Amino acid sequence: MSDAVAMAVERAGVAPPGKALLSIRDLCVSFRDDSGWTQVLNNVSLAVNPGETVGIVGESGCGKSLTALSILGLLQKRDVLRTGEINFEGRDLAKLSEAEMRRVRGRHIGMIFQEPMSALDPVFTVGDQITETVRTHFNVSRREANERAVAALAAVRIASPQNVVSMYPMSLSGGMRQRVMIAMALVCEPRLLIADEPTTALDVTIQAQIMDLLLDLGQRTGTAILFITHNLGLVAESCTRMLTMYAGQVVEDGPVDKILMQPKHPYTAGLLGSVPQPRQRKSLLPSIPGRVPSPHEMPSGCRFAPRCTYVQPPCLAPQALLSADAERQVRCRRYDELTLPGAIS
Amino acid sequence: MSVDGVLGVPPRTTATRRVNFWRWVRSDLRAVLSLGYLFILIFVSVFAWKIAPYSPIEQNVTELLMEPTWSHWLGTDDLGRDVLSRLIWGAPNSLYAAFLAVTVAIVLGVPLGLLIGFLGGWFDELMSRFIDALLSFPPIVLAIAVTGALGIGLTNAMLSVGFVFAPVLARIVRAQTLVVKSALYVDAARGFGAGTGHIIWRHILPNAIQPVIVQVTLMLAIALLAEASLSFLSLGVQPPQASWGGMLARAYNYIELAPAQMYAPGFAILLTALAFNALGESILVALDPTMKRR
Repeated sequence: MSDAVAMAVERAGVAPPGKALLSIRDLCVSFRDDSGWTQVLNNVSLAVNPGETVGIVGESGCGKSLTALSILGLLQKRDVLRTGEINFEGRDLAKLSEAEMRRVRGRHIGMIFQEPMSALDPVFTVGDQITETVRTHFNVSRREANERAVAALAAVRIASPQNVVSMYPMSLSGGMRQRVMIAMALVCEPRLLIADEPTTALDVTIQAQIMDLLLDLGQRTGTAILFITHNLGLVAESCTRMLTMYAGQVVEDGPVDKILMQPKHPYTAGLLGSVPQPRQRKSLLPSIPGRVPSPHEMPSGCRFAPRCTYVQPPCLAPQALLSADAERQVRCRRYDELTLPGAIS
Repeated sequence: MSVDGVLGVPPRTTATRRVNFWRWVRSDLRAVLSLGYLFILIFVSVFAWKIAPYSPIEQNVTELLMEPTWSHWLGTDDLGRDVLSRLIWGAPNSLYAAFLAVTVAIVLGVPLGLLIGFLGGWFDELMSRFIDALLSFPPIVLAIAVTGALGIGLTNAMLSVGFVFAPVLARIVRAQTLVVKSALYVDAARGFGAGTGHIIWRHILPNAIQPVIVQVTLMLAIALLAEASLSFLSLGVQPPQASWGGMLARAYNYIELAPAQMYAPGFAILLTALAFNALGESILVALDPTMKRR
């Protein structure tokens, strides 16, 4: 896999990459509003290796989607401050100009959006939209772009792709639209695919199909996937590594099986506890009390402390991301003392 | 695996855009009628010199304000000129006036609206107040003022009408742009590497243009009437040239002597305005993919 990357990089003529395909270091994002600057992402660091599937989990408003948008530089330029490094294939995306970033988007990093119902332009046919992406990045004829579009639709297992290319998004079902989005994201064969809750808007049976499809395509093309979700079940099935985000910070990072077996951060344990279990039929569904603090009223110490059952006075000081072992990091000073319940016991 | 394909998609054969177009024409009688009428009107305009039975400016003082006869199908006006011939010669002037005004409005208004909506911020604030100020003028008064500045004549009069229409279009396009700009597919297009110009041209404009199409057809009708008003005030078509508005204005002077004089230019304006509106509605239906399969 790394040979393929090296070859791809040689072709592109950029410096050879480190081990990771994408490595983000100390990404901070602040928004400006009437009351001044508010930090919404705090020192987010993560790495995605070539061909790997990494999950990011957390409640709504934890900064998951924001991280994805920051990677692609899709945040508004005005009133937004972004610092930190975003190394991708040996380049720091944070330093690229808008024009250079355009050549990365869609070509080297694909993105699938949460709502397939509104992510496709209603006035163009499916084929128009896929060929548009192809022709943005490759100097090919209309006809060849169209052939690629048909092939991409076939690759996402759409029946009779020749007919679907001339259809408008409104005549497709949600599942079909998400397949089209996947086809659009993969048609330029990117090295990395960012999937921002790709199945949230779909019903359960279609969810499973779409996930199978994504993982299968990722495996076959060697595309790494950064998978953003709040569905821990999907992470368990599909990812090799996962990160838990809370209130704009990474609070836990490690291999999926180890984290699920024995989470080290109380927030991860809380998320795992909130997954409905078929056996506890009559009991109340456990949940984490409270809600994610808004960026304006961030606790000065551990950001999870107000909702944490294991909180102690020293927790009210800021927490650093600690290395639990070679593979795992956790943002909790008590990680060693606590034995938290996992999903699999 | 192809559950979606089986359930969600009706099987379709070779459906090209051309086939869709003709299917639309056949299924939409209103569109066919209005298009047909406008084609006839354009044909008449182009071949006016050949079709018109008399000269539109030749006067005949022995036949003033005549009722329709076999030699003068629509009668004669207050200077003894054949009304039918003037009506036919008025068509190219009136169409030219209407299209010129609306073209000017589109060329000025649509890009301005797109720009204001897309850039937003202080530029939006500034330009929107400027547009509000322009719209607070009575349109005809503003058109008269602009015509006065540009110089009297049909072309200048209609340029100024277009200038008066432009802020209306700009405001509509701005509002649509604000809606479309925040649509997920615009973000998605950016996420796939599209540039700003491409996004405005390919994604925002087509999604913002629909109300403009309807507005434009309404404006064609209003421009016909504006031409009439300005010609009435002798700022537009200069006598002895014929135009429908001018004929109507002239007939108005003799409403008690020969009320039938009003009908010919009046119905010409009415029918043309109606055809423009009907066509606009049909185009709206045809362009909207969600309304296509009824």
